[in-house]
Amino acid sequence: MNKKLKFLLVLISLFAFFQINAYAMHIMEGFLPPVWSISWGAVCVPLVIIGLYSIKRKISDNPKLKMLLAMAGAFVFVLSALKLPSVTGSCSHPTGVGLGSILFGPFAMSVIGVIVLLFQSLLLAHGGLTTLGANTFSMAIAGPFVAFAVYKIVKKLNGADWLAVFSAAALGDLFTYIVTAFQLSLAFPSPEGGFMFSLAKFLGIFAVTQIPLAISEGILTVLIFNALKENSRNELISLNILKGGAQ
Amino acid sequence: MKNKKIFINLSLIGLVILLAVVPLMMNKGAEFSGADGQAEDAIMDINADYEPWAQPLWEPPSGEVESLLFSLQAAIGAGVIGYYLGRVSKKKEE
Repeated sequence: MNKKLKFLLVLISLFAFFQINAYAMHIMEGFLPPVWSISWGAVCVPLVIIGLYSIKRKISDNPKLKMLLAMAGAFVFVLSALKLPSVTGSCSHPTGVGLGSILFGPFAMSVIGVIVLLFQSLLLAHGGLTTLGANTFSMAIAGPFVAFAVYKIVKKLNGADWLAVFSAAALGDLFTYIVTAFQLSLAFPSPEGGFMFSLAKFLGIFAVTQIPLAISEGILTVLIFNALKENSRNELISLNILKGGAQ
Repeated sequence: MKNKKIFINLSLIGLVILLAVVPLMMNKGAEFSGADGQAEDAIMDINADYEPWAQPLWEPPSGEVESLLFSLQAAIGAGVIGYYLGRVSKKKEE
């Protein structure tokens, strides 16, 4: 096992012990009025179904990718368990969906995101079933699409791999929480200041807190991506991430 | 070449740790509660009459049990990542 991987493992285990307290950031159970719960859920269902098919197709094309997909899912598991302190004096956690979106595309991540959100809402009382649709939309659909688009754009502009991966993961993470702030403001416009007033308030809570965390997620995603580039060349080639013939 | 890579990786890891530690130093005395709890308060500010219409089916009985489950989540994820990277790097050496 090479040294780089060892460092990565030490890092990951370090972070597993870094949880400060038992809160975090998805929309809480019961905190979206029913009409919004149902609407966000309805938006998500077709996208998650497309995701299932997209995963099925990729895996039947190349069964070896199963392991890599499991790894991308595991990355989401780790990062969304890490509640980190932030500059605002509160805690939130990264999402981890950027890596998988870059590798497998945004649709595949909608499925993995739902699995993680279900785990957290059923076992951890974090997020909730009535808010599952809204949380899925922000973390498993909006975030991955932004990450995927940013990655493609930076690559198109001939940006370096690390830059494309970093900005994709960081902006995807940040955008997830911007969407959360939008969702809450739509459901709870302020009686005096209206939607914009609420938006400013929720953005202050979610988005500002998230900035340093988004940077952390970007860096961690670059570390993993580099390890994959070194060790999983063939898989990355078959996903069209790297060019060149198989070794 | 190899040393340079290790140096870069270590610096990146250091940066991530700094990003978590600096906020702790900047906000001495802050509560570091969750952003979702603060959103709950903000909702109550905006609409004091709002009643959450659903409760979690099951809540961890204490902060300890909750942190156990969160650690479990991270541990499972880290295990899978470690297994995968170990496997592919071994394969590459062969």
